Amino acid sequence: MSGFFAMGGYAAYVWPAYALALIVLGGIALASVRSLRAREAEVRALEAARPRRQRPER
Amino acid sequence: MFDRLASPTRFAAFAARAQGWVAGGAVLLILVGLYFAFFASPPDYQQGEAVRIMYIHVPSAWMALFAYGFVALMSAVGLIWRHPLAHVLATAAAPVGAAFTFVCLVTGSLWGKPMWGAWWVWDARLTSVLILFFIYLGYIALVGAFDEPTRGDRAGAILALVGAVNVPIIKFSVDWWNTLHQPASVMKLSGPAIDTAMLIPLLLMAAGFTALFFALLLVRARAELLARRVRALRLIEARGAAGAAEVRV
Repeated sequence: MSGFFAMGGYAAYVWPAYALALIVLGGIALASVRSLRAREAEVRALEAARPRRQRPER
Repeated sequence: MFDRLASPTRFAAFAARAQGWVAGGAVLLILVGLYFAFFASPPDYQQGEAVRIMYIHVPSAWMALFAYGFVALMSAVGLIWRHPLAHVLATAAAPVGAAFTFVCLVTGSLWGKPMWGAWWVWDARLTSVLILFFIYLGYIALVGAFDEPTRGDRAGAILALVGAVNVPIIKFSVDWWNTLHQPASVMKLSGPAIDTAMLIPLLLMAAGFTALFFALLLVRARAELLARRVRALRLIEARGAAGAAEVRV
């Protein structure tokens, strides 16, 4: 198993490459979902603040 | 089908239903791809285990170009048919493309150091991909620089179309200039010049990254549509408040 992690001596290049891909792609995925949730909450709050007008059909 | 989806409301409903499936497919393909990349593919006879960097470097390079092609195509559709959804899709795709470009550049650097002996060289391929990254950043900044989204859309779309000249430059840079970066080994007319055992993880990761691109596109396009709705609602609110103030005076 330690042989696997050593990557034939290239561990210092292979693992950072995979870690970076995980951080960047995971990061943008997380940020995208969070931004969607935040916008949904904003729209709900704004539509709730307009009581007399009928809500537009979805 | 595209006529139906061209309505932003219908698109948002479709995206909400599709995003989970596309994201699930992306995760599955990437996990299977990682298994093949690490356990079911051999080390290279020259590069040893360092070749495994290829399974993220090459698919992210493909996605960097694919995403840019998508941004440019949507920009053209938005400019010609003046369809707001096309601009929303272009705006949603650009940061995803920039992320793939960044991954491509850094993993390339991590591969270049042990193989070429340098983190970076001003080779035609590397330089043109770095320019692609800057075009993405410029596009994102320009679209966001206007108070009126439609003006940002148009300005960004023009930049995206002008920047599209860089795409064939990237693709053919390895043939036009005698550079350090190796030429294409998969996407060539004579067929892939790469062993099947290495082609399998490469294509699985590429399929996974493509699915990831579309999953993120759906989520980000929904968020962008809602952001525009928030802006419209705030404007109505502000006008309503101004109108009420006038009545009171």
